[in-house]
Amino acid sequence: MRSVFVILFLSVAFIASANTIVVGSNQPVTSLKKAIEIAHDKDTILIMSGIYKEGSVTLTKSLSIIGQNNTVLDGENKYEILLISGKNILIRGIQFRNSGYSALNDFASIKLVDCSNVVVENNTILNAYFAIHVSNSSFVTIRNNTITGSPKSEQLTGNGIHLWKSANALIENNHVEGQRDGIYFEFVSYSTIRNNRSEKNIRYGIHFMFSNDDVYLNNIFHDNGAGVAVMYSKKVRMEGNHFEQNWGPSAYGILLKDISDSYILHNTFFKNTVGIHMEGSSRMDIEKNVFKENGWAIKVQASCEDNRFHHNNFMGNSFDVGTNGSISLNTFYNNYWDKYEGYDINKDGTGDIPYHPVSMYSMIIEENPFALMLFRSFTVQLLDKAEKAIPSLTPENLVDNKPLIKPNKL
Amino acid sequence: MTKKYFSFFMMKLSRYVLYDILRSKIIIAYTLFLFIVSMSMFQMEENSSKAMLSLLNIILIVLPLISLIFTTIHYYNSYEFIELMASQPMGRTRIILSEFAGVSLSLLSAFLIGVGIPIFLFAANETGFALLFTGSALTLVFTSLAFFASVRARDKARGIGAALLLWFYFALIYDGLILLLTFNLTDYPLEKIILALVSLNPIDIGRIFVVLKMDISALMGVTSALYKDFFGSGTGILFTTGIMLLWIVIPLWLAVRKFRKKDL
Repeated sequence: MRSVFVILFLSVAFIASANTIVVGSNQPVTSLKKAIEIAHDKDTILIMSGIYKEGSVTLTKSLSIIGQNNTVLDGENKYEILLISGKNILIRGIQFRNSGYSALNDFASIKLVDCSNVVVENNTILNAYFAIHVSNSSFVTIRNNTITGSPKSEQLTGNGIHLWKSANALIENNHVEGQRDGIYFEFVSYSTIRNNRSEKNIRYGIHFMFSNDDVYLNNIFHDNGAGVAVMYSKKVRMEGNHFEQNWGPSAYGILLKDISDSYILHNTFFKNTVGIHMEGSSRMDIEKNVFKENGWAIKVQASCEDNRFHHNNFMGNSFDVGTNGSISLNTFYNNYWDKYEGYDINKDGTGDIPYHPVSMYSMIIEENPFALMLFRSFTVQLLDKAEKAIPSLTPENLVDNKPLIKPNKL
Repeated sequence: MTKKYFSFFMMKLSRYVLYDILRSKIIIAYTLFLFIVSMSMFQMEENSSKAMLSLLNIILIVLPLISLIFTTIHYYNSYEFIELMASQPMGRTRIILSEFAGVSLSLLSAFLIGVGIPIFLFAANETGFALLFTGSALTLVFTSLAFFASVRARDKARGIGAALLLWFYFALIYDGLILLLTFNLTDYPLEKIILALVSLNPIDIGRIFVVLKMDISALMGVTSALYKDFFGSGTGILFTTGIMLLWIVIPLWLAVRKFRKKDL
């Protein structure tokens, strides 16, 4: 019996080497700053419900900081709330609100600098300039956070989840709303963004620059000022995302600028002004996507080459493909186009006459946007038919030689 | 007393015109044609938006043509009846207005039955109602224009010729001219001018009214969101209705004025 007690005592002592410090107004420790000061590596700090106004808190030890249902850290619109620099850190279940604004520094509710193995999860961030700002870090996980901003202008609003010069990050199940860019990646590699919802941001849902070897999966981008922008990157895989209702003169489902060797698979583009806008992009596979009720499903600028568009479904778009040049160095095959009027005599499932997805009228509008006023006019339709019979303006080799008769099953 | 008599008499005359039109069965065939075409479009296409697109084409092209031709032929066919009525003690304004009421009512009901029922069944949404509005307005506009053309023309051949020319002009030539204009003057800020020019063609303004509901995603992309802002707003709807009303009232008024002085 005694030996059992000894074992119990020893194990308690062992656990106690990772202490839990409770912070609360009626606890021995009343402030987070104090708790961090007295804590040792691997300790846990539990913050009881309440509103804490501690200005800017800096954390460099390997701690877990956990909030209760109603733990609020308030930045009083002046301070950067939590500044983290270290490794093996967990931040969970805290509400951060009213972090400060600075034109000089990127003030953030949670800022991670030079970190590794940090987890930020289940937090709520309200009314922030930058919400979560990560730089020069690796193996950072940001999940299940809810970020809600109150956007003013592009200058006065920061990004939701901002990563700079990082690697191996995992961003999942977050909801970002009302920031400048929902998720921002610059010089970030080998990272994954999945199951996030980014909406009503005043610029981009995701803004992605100089970031190679990344994946983004199953995210929803809805009603952002200018959709999603992916620029100057290589080997990016975009799969299963929804790009919806990005409306405006320069709004795109995805804007691809100087992207190469990337995949766009199984995405849905619904009711965007332009589904995919491509510029200077090469060697990409765009396959098995659904383009539905967009203004333009795809705009391929003449600066793109060696891209393959196949097994996509194009349905109810005002224009299927738009381009600005007379040559096209991309290939289209086995897509389903609802505007296809051909036939299939040998019953192999592909149409016997090629489909030219670029209409003459879309070429006209590219040069002369005023002409959009004549959209769906009888005159314009006659011109389009004439052009289909004898192509002169539209690029002759931008053609799907094997258009499908029935939609791809996706 | 006179006013009451006036309206009563007009109704009576319009009713005769209506009976006459119904007896000729052409209007019934027209109703059936519209009904079968719209139904089959909704049945054939899996998504109703594509059917709506084909319907839009019918409304913009076929509807004005039928309204023009039918009205012109009807006018000349009932010329003797009109002469007879003119010999009775009643004003010519009443005669021509009752003729107009009879013809436009029959064409309008043909449209509302033939296209309205399928739209209510398959696409009772904003775009559907925009289509119905445009169709009804265009029917009235082109009936009114046809009256003007036939009252002015001396004989049947000239009247039908004039009606066809009007149709060509509004449905085809006008848009071609605008296209030409935009090409030659690309460097100038043309938005407002084109907006004004487009308002001068009832087919164009009807088309834009529907397209704004149908292709909203594409129209949001115009470098100037002017059109969307203008036509999409409440004032835009009032403006469209106002222009359509002018297109109904002015040719009719000109027709009445001509008819009153005409040597029958």
